[in-house]
Amino acid sequence: MKASGFPYVLPMLLLSVAFFATPLAVLVGFSFIGPDGPSLHNYARFLGDAFNYRVLINTAKLGMQTIASTTLLGIPIALLYWHSGKTARQVIIFLTLIPMLTSNVVRTFAWIVILGRQGPISETFVALGLAERPFTLMSTELGLVLAMCQIDLPLIILPLIAILSRTPVQFTEAAQVSGAGPWRILVTVLLPMMLPGLLAGWILVFASTSASFVTQAVIGGARNVYVPQLIYREVGTLFDWPMASAIAVVLLLSTGILLVAMTTISRHRRLVGHA
Amino acid sequence: MPETEANIIDRPHLCLVPPRAERFDDMAKPKGIFMAEALKAGEGKQLSVRGLTHSYGGQNAISDISFEVEAGEIVALLGPSGCGKSTVLRAIAGLIQPRSGAVQLGGQNLANVSARSRGIGMVFQNYALFPHLTVAENIAYPLACQHMPRVERRERVEEMLSLVQLKSYGNRLPRELSGGQQQRVAVARAIAGRPSLLLLDEPFGALDRALRFDLQVELLHLQKTLGITTLIVTHDQEEAQSLAGRLVLMNKGNVEQIDTPMAVYDRPKTLFVNTFIGQANVLHGTVERLDAEATTVALPNGNTVVLPRRLNFTVGSKVTITFRPEDVRLSTNPSDFALPARLTVSVPLGPTLVHDLVLDDGTGLRASQVRGPYTFIPEPGAQLFAEIDTLRCHAFPSDPETSRE
Repeated sequence: MKASGFPYVLPMLLLSVAFFATPLAVLVGFSFIGPDGPSLHNYARFLGDAFNYRVLINTAKLGMQTIASTTLLGIPIALLYWHSGKTARQVIIFLTLIPMLTSNVVRTFAWIVILGRQGPISETFVALGLAERPFTLMSTELGLVLAMCQIDLPLIILPLIAILSRTPVQFTEAAQVSGAGPWRILVTVLLPMMLPGLLAGWILVFASTSASFVTQAVIGGARNVYVPQLIYREVGTLFDWPMASAIAVVLLLSTGILLVAMTTISRHRRLVGHA
Repeated sequence: MPETEANIIDRPHLCLVPPRAERFDDMAKPKGIFMAEALKAGEGKQLSVRGLTHSYGGQNAISDISFEVEAGEIVALLGPSGCGKSTVLRAIAGLIQPRSGAVQLGGQNLANVSARSRGIGMVFQNYALFPHLTVAENIAYPLACQHMPRVERRERVEEMLSLVQLKSYGNRLPRELSGGQQQRVAVARAIAGRPSLLLLDEPFGALDRALRFDLQVELLHLQKTLGITTLIVTHDQEEAQSLAGRLVLMNKGNVEQIDTPMAVYDRPKTLFVNTFIGQANVLHGTVERLDAEATTVALPNGNTVVLPRRLNFTVGSKVTITFRPEDVRLSTNPSDFALPARLTVSVPLGPTLVHDLVLDDGTGLRASQVRGPYTFIPEPGAQLFAEIDTLRCHAFPSDPETSRE
């Protein structure tokens, strides 16, 4: 019989149980504490409120918008990486990783400057005559999506680069020799090849966006409320920890549903071979 | 065609063209089409490559490559890996823009024709089948690019599938096929659009030996049926010899010889061709005496080899003499012309017996003979005498930069 690898997994397993599974179980357990014993009271109260519904939908919308914008930006960058030489590739990787190496708070504050009334976006628009007077993108959904897009871009570029670096150029050459033009190659060859990377990236971007409390709070402002702010309000202002736990579980589940959906797609027989 | 060949020796960059088809005219007639009517094959066109030169930052450079492939002919580009043969193929396909030189297909210059419009079929080294498309969809890909109507496309795919004997495999994905089946799908995709030229880049490289021969025969049959002009790139000389009517031998980015497989073996023009194709024994020596009908070459160990013709060398020039293992006869008795050698090992390879020998100055020598039931197998270490068939020896200048034989 083959020697079991279990002893080697044990330390990791103990760490996971102690610092991940147990706290998660405590969180889920907390969410069932009602005013009179265990119940679904918190969930019923949360989902019974129309305002909370809107917040939930807004959060999903923010995630989707960020997914769309990072995808539109990430695909060309990943393709640029694929076609570049050694040095250019290193530069692209470096530039991609820089935002990940910066603190989330620092990035968010940098965006306050960029999106503000005296920021470069507003000034450029005024200078070009596209806007009559300086404007601010702070406390707007557009400004938030812009910031989230920059912050989450590496999450989609890295899986795409990983997939593309294993993809030989022969595929596009075969399409070219077959008579395909650049757009046909993109749609029929490159995008299907990149799909497994995109699915992985989408899960990461959605999870990251829907949970990025600092950016949402600072750039979104008080007018744009998302689920993490609701949790913060329950914990920090109303001191209703069971309610906060229930909202956290709902947020976790919504990301979980997306994860399951994406994984199901990536198990499709056409995608298994080259993922 | 002795005159043509003489011309080529004098002017090595001139290509070997049979006297009939001299210029790039539109009269290039497809040859060898047997079932052309039945299959409505895209007519093979003549390919001509002239003065092709390219380099990628000094690597894989090719310089002044010229050769022709007649309509319907199979030609192999043969050479060791890194000799630039794939670069030539990619330039013909339009995947790279060569620095200079011209590629003509059926008389049309392809310089300003993009890869997608050249109407060329290509089988890639690892087939490059699209992993997310089924076999049928892969074969239909070039047809979809040509905007062929769906009904017609489906008919053509069926025809191609039966042509490569994969009729019931249309709905499989490439990874669900064996290597040989994938190779056939790649061939089917390459010829589905009825190209006038088929390019194959090491098409059998990833297959095991037993399967390789079967598929080679199959490809040969298919090519004869369709009459499609075919250029195959390979580093495997057996593959090149069994598939191609003519070989273009390349080394270090240059064409060394263009000839039939037999001529390349029997009359190699350069030392490289001689040692690359088949096996060759190599002896270094100095021209000692030139007679009207003989040349005496002295070997470093004091022995001499007398070639029965006058060589184009001056007395004292360094020469390299080559001969095939089958042109060596071993005997146990010394004679005037035999070289003393000691046997290292004798290996039976099917119907032949291969002897490895060492001359007394340490030079290795290989001899082979047909093995019969009563063939005497000498003991390793035995002192033997190697008699060389001097009629079939080749002589090359030792400094490869100077002129050829």
